[in-house]
Amino acid sequence: MADPLLTIKDLRIEGRSGDDWLEIVKGVDLTLNRGEVLGLIGESGAGKSTIGLASMGFARDGCRISGGSIQFDGIDLRKASEQQRRELRGKRIAYVAQSAAASFNPAHRLIEQYCETPVVKGVMPRDQAASDAVELYRRMRLPNPEDIGFRYPHQVSGGQLQRAMTAMAMACRPELIIFDEPTTALDVTTQIEVLHAIRDIVAQFGTAAIYITHDLAVVAQMADRIKILLRGEEVEEAETRTMLSSPREDYTKSLWAVRSFAKATQPAPTGTPVVSVRNVTAGYGKVRVLENVSFDIHAGRTVAVVGESGSGKSTTARVITGLLPPERGEVLFDGKPLPPAYTARTRDQLRQCQMIYQMADTALNPKLRLRELIGRPAQMYLGLRGKALTNRIRDLLDLIELEPDKYIDRLPSELSGGQKQRIGIARALAAEPRLIICDEITSALDQIVQEGILRLLDRLQSEMGLAYMFITHDLATVKAIADEVVVMQQGRVIEQGLKDEMFQPPHEPYTELLLSSVPDMDPDWLSRLLEQRAAAG
Amino acid sequence: MTLILYFALFIVVSIGLGWGFRALLTAVTSGEVKRAFRDMPISASFGLLVILIYVLVAFLAPVLAPFPEREVVGARYMPWGAPHYLGTDSLGRDMLSRMIYGARNTVGIAFATTALAFIVGSILGLWAATVGGWMDQGLSRFVDALMAIPALIFSLLLLTIFGTSVLTLIIIIAMVDATRVFRLARSVAQGVVVMDYIEAARLRGETMWRLITREILPNAMAPLVAEFGLRFCFVFLAISALSFLGLGIKPPTADWGSMVRESATLITFGDVTPLLPAGAIALLTVAVNFVVDWQLHRASGLKE
Repeated sequence: MADPLLTIKDLRIEGRSGDDWLEIVKGVDLTLNRGEVLGLIGESGAGKSTIGLASMGFARDGCRISGGSIQFDGIDLRKASEQQRRELRGKRIAYVAQSAAASFNPAHRLIEQYCETPVVKGVMPRDQAASDAVELYRRMRLPNPEDIGFRYPHQVSGGQLQRAMTAMAMACRPELIIFDEPTTALDVTTQIEVLHAIRDIVAQFGTAAIYITHDLAVVAQMADRIKILLRGEEVEEAETRTMLSSPREDYTKSLWAVRSFAKATQPAPTGTPVVSVRNVTAGYGKVRVLENVSFDIHAGRTVAVVGESGSGKSTTARVITGLLPPERGEVLFDGKPLPPAYTARTRDQLRQCQMIYQMADTALNPKLRLRELIGRPAQMYLGLRGKALTNRIRDLLDLIELEPDKYIDRLPSELSGGQKQRIGIARALAAEPRLIICDEITSALDQIVQEGILRLLDRLQSEMGLAYMFITHDLATVKAIADEVVVMQQGRVIEQGLKDEMFQPPHEPYTELLLSSVPDMDPDWLSRLLEQRAAAG
Repeated sequence: MTLILYFALFIVVSIGLGWGFRALLTAVTSGEVKRAFRDMPISASFGLLVILIYVLVAFLAPVLAPFPEREVVGARYMPWGAPHYLGTDSLGRDMLSRMIYGARNTVGIAFATTALAFIVGSILGLWAATVGGWMDQGLSRFVDALMAIPALIFSLLLLTIFGTSVLTLIIIIAMVDATRVFRLARSVAQGVVVMDYIEAARLRGETMWRLITREILPNAMAPLVAEFGLRFCFVFLAISALSFLGLGIKPPTADWGSMVRESATLITFGDVTPLLPAGAIALLTVAVNFVVDWQLHRASGLKE
């Protein structure tokens, strides 16, 4: 067997916090052969991306490589000069970042950005690079490969942009590509297209790749081998199939078990629903976003609203909360109509319906301490003051499993992503609402944290009889938490019913597409799915 | 040659003072504040020290000044020397005492003016951004129209109409400056009001006042604080300029701007006395800007 392409031995990386250097990667070994795809898995903060960047001999601002060796095709990247490393990057090692939208320069056309690397690195002249770009765009199955390069980044969709970026990384036919969560920001149906394109192109050119992700089902489709990381240390490494069928370590098994959480099925609801959306048609200005939407949410039940981005899920939530008064139709609360605009609602009506947001970072005022963030609704709606208020805040922190003494005077910036989302939940609970609208609240979190949040929500629901409207594009989450499902597409409800019925065939074609796009833990899933779709035409 | 030497000496002493003051601040504070002071550049430390000295002088003027502010205590245009260390002015008033009282009057009025401009400008700006729609448009275009008139000419015009008492002076300059503050506060707040936590607060049914003071203002504070320092300098210069033109602070109140004008003729005789009040203004302006730069740097998050 030939020499491995990349050999990392005992890699140590330190990150600065204040004046101290903390070790964030603690002696990781990694070997990658030519043409092989290695999946790196771990929670956020496990050091996946840091290792990914280190394999290019690069450390982010505030980080430094403090020990170990990185050998790329016989070149020691740690000893190499900056000049030598720059020579390698882009030409022999390429990098594909998570957010393609943030990685493209919005002021230049795609093809100009494509041509930059090969021309600067002296691989090929500009016109050759341009015709090569069209060829790669075609191979990445981008629509109109001849023309798409002449668009600006904002003129193409997220999935297309991610593929354009992969094509760009391929421009110099590198021997190694590092994919850093390339599909995390995409919805399931788009994710399939990107995965398919990436897998094909890597196989066609025999490129070795490191595929970083926190989604096990995704990595199962892409990687030959999987390495699992936890807090900067390797947990285990094995061939994909071995890893999936017989994981050795407890931590790995717990990762595998994440998707096993599922709520017990409940019988069909009766009585007056807490919230009832009736024939709502709404839009922004002349643009119609919702068309005749109707559904009910009963106490103690979770209604999952599912659909791609732009299907009108969040707009429905805005209509219920009163941020967007509908053109036609109405929202009933306990059978009585709610005033369409939130400004016209009474304080008690506002209290009954609370919201949890997708991005906890922007949903919590960064300058307020948790005491005030959580305490404010309790103070406003329930009139709690002084000691009673402090006790209530402490109870709420207990409820969301954060230790009151430790956290009550912290700022949001001193919390992890999952903890912030818990604070969002506590703030909603503080108002003692009947309905909580959860807008994609788990999509920014990794799977283990996601599961914790879902279990917490489930527990709170059974204790307090809350009704949830759960907006998501992730069907795995729906399987876990929903009682009823509403499927939306282009502002219309296409299908709705109990969860068990929804996951049983027959489906509407769109529901079928959504359902079949959720990755399975089976390494053959993607190939099989693509065959089926090809056969169906 | 000696001038260059003095200048070099001044720089060295300033750096030394800045360094020492920072060491002192770091020693007496703890926690978050200590970290902020420790990472403070020498220039900012020097600026803080100068501002602190000005504030002390302004507060302790009656104690520090050897002679009263408005009394004629000697001959006209006496040279430097005991007991009139900086000589006397055109009427025979003690120059040093007037410098010290000038700190109180000029800096005090400038501070009151800037504070008023900020209170009015930022509240209106934050309010306009929060309400949005026609109110915002109306108010913003009105402010734009006011800003189209050159500030100095506009204040001169208003002062001629309303008379030149200290109160009208403060109000007029504050109103002219509030237009600038309004624009900044509004544009900063526009970035804040689109955040989800503002939406959450609105949905909670918070009042406009609470929304502005607790939710938006803390997040718009950094640029406003930086702008405060900058505005303070401009107001300072505006008052001095108006006093120099005879429309600002009225004699016999000691004021640095009018003191420059009164003793300006001395410069033709090679006497540096008129440069002293001018220098006092310049030094404070520089000091405030040092501190502002530091705050801007901190607010923009450019740590490295």
